[in-house]
Amino acid sequence: MNPALRVISPGLLTTIQDLGRPGHQHLGIPVSGALDPISLRAANALVGNAPGTGALEVAYVGPTLVVEADDVRMSFVGAKAAIEVLPDVTASAGTLFETMESIHLRRGDVVRIGSLWDATTLYVAVEGGFDIAPVLGSVSTYIRGHIGGWQGRALVAGDLLPLVQNTATVHDEFRLEGLDLSAPERFRVIAGPQSDYFSESSLAKFFEGEYRVGAGSDRMGMRLDGPHLDHVRGYNITSDAIAPGSIQVPGNGKPIVLLADRQTTGGYPKIATVISADLPALGRLPIGAKVAFESVTIDAAVKARRKLLADIDAIGGMIVPRAPAAADFASRLHDSNLISGIFDGQGWAA
Amino acid sequence: MPEYKILPAGDTALVVEFGEGIDRRLSRLVLALDQCLSEAKIQGKIDGVVETVPTFRSLMVYYDPLVLSAASLTSCIDELVKGLRSTEQAGRVWRLPVCYDERLAPDLAEVATRTNLSPAQVIERHSAVTYHVYMLGFLPGQAYMGDVPAELNLPRRKTPRLKIPAGSLAIAMTMTCIFPLESPCGWHLIGRSPIPLWDGRPGAGALLAPGDQVNFAPVSLREYEDLLAKVAAGTLQVAPHERAKEVGAAA
Repeated sequence: MNPALRVISPGLLTTIQDLGRPGHQHLGIPVSGALDPISLRAANALVGNAPGTGALEVAYVGPTLVVEADDVRMSFVGAKAAIEVLPDVTASAGTLFETMESIHLRRGDVVRIGSLWDATTLYVAVEGGFDIAPVLGSVSTYIRGHIGGWQGRALVAGDLLPLVQNTATVHDEFRLEGLDLSAPERFRVIAGPQSDYFSESSLAKFFEGEYRVGAGSDRMGMRLDGPHLDHVRGYNITSDAIAPGSIQVPGNGKPIVLLADRQTTGGYPKIATVISADLPALGRLPIGAKVAFESVTIDAAVKARRKLLADIDAIGGMIVPRAPAAADFASRLHDSNLISGIFDGQGWAA
Repeated sequence: MPEYKILPAGDTALVVEFGEGIDRRLSRLVLALDQCLSEAKIQGKIDGVVETVPTFRSLMVYYDPLVLSAASLTSCIDELVKGLRSTEQAGRVWRLPVCYDERLAPDLAEVATRTNLSPAQVIERHSAVTYHVYMLGFLPGQAYMGDVPAELNLPRRKTPRLKIPAGSLAIAMTMTCIFPLESPCGWHLIGRSPIPLWDGRPGAGALLAPGDQVNFAPVSLREYEDLLAKVAAGTLQVAPHERAKEVGAAA
């Protein structure tokens, strides 16, 4: 039998994502890819994969998977969540692990990923990756276009996800120490391209005000609740292209930050664009989290991008042997509250 | 030299905007600049351009700011625009079968009523035009084609439909589209095309490209169903023509 992971329950919205499929936006094809590419890269690093290998992107509530391979190595990077490994599907209790680690699993093991409690995404990488044909150079799932990933859609119960490797490389497990996944106090933006469609007072409100991530946010766009923005030149423009991090403001005055699955073009004015270095942190924010903006120059943005690349380079040095026994983590995990902080956003920056 | 503005869209993209409205002159400038940039890239004259997205009146240029600074890209674009000529239509010419049968055209009667035309006149006016593909967007392979004759121009429906079938032929304002995938839609549905504008299989992709010209060939419901069956069986070859006014979409 071919090596695979069987999906017992899919979680809220679990998709396969890599670093996206740029180069096809002129054909109407969104870039897609991981909302938080930093965590994706780190998850891959923990299992020895190339940084852009496709992994599971888990949103809010994780899946339960059964190992149908001789043995596999898996890693979990992003939000904090309880990772429980059970000896079989009928077992009621198992061993608890933390995220930011790799673990080793054998045929028949069940891994149950709980609710995410401080961020919106968690990446689950498997050593060797999934045996899935890329579409236009990427295995990222673009659900609306039924493109890529596993059958162009989110996982459902019963899916059998083929793996490249039937066995894991023999070595000890690792953990990631010191990866900073906190959010900035203010997300840096470059004003425009259509900031002249807004009144002076709306621009002031946008930069001084505070927003919260609204319900209805998804991989396409993050809806913001907060100060209402008024247009001075109407809210329809002749459709033009939409950059990652574009903040468009439709007629209702509520900004939407466009993310990985954003449509390639759109007809609402865009007040500002989040800089590329701050997009991974933005992609992690759960519903209810606080969002504020500050205007920076392109030079400052480029400097920040350079720093982000240096931070990515440093991930390799953060990988250390997982010394303590799993039971230690389990007891620590039992002491903390696993449920709170998911939707109230209070603990998101901790 | 054409008038234009260069606007920042974050630190990894610039918008080169030639105007605000929809007209073929602006569109041709956008496509000509796109062509020039792509040639400059191939000739190794510019490094760091990641991809470009032509739209009605502007070209989005994605770049890597660690390879190419915004200032260098701007002066490169300035140079290219200086030498830019709005060329004649250079795209391919297509003749796509569409079926306007009322069973596939839920809004045809309403469009006729609102434009004081008969359904037959709506069909005649809509299919008499050689359309220009302004851009692709919204869905994979979805081409925005214009210009719909003025007498057929209607705003979008007040209440968008949550789901329309793939292949739906629709109009709104000056644009007409064939929706490549099932999707929500606020446009008026006046027919259906059996030709898939998007094919997700490896090696396939989008049928149309910005700058292409499209004529619609009205077919009967029976012909539509025959063509649909051939598409499903993979036996229909859809190819563009060298010149306009030839027979299209031959089996």
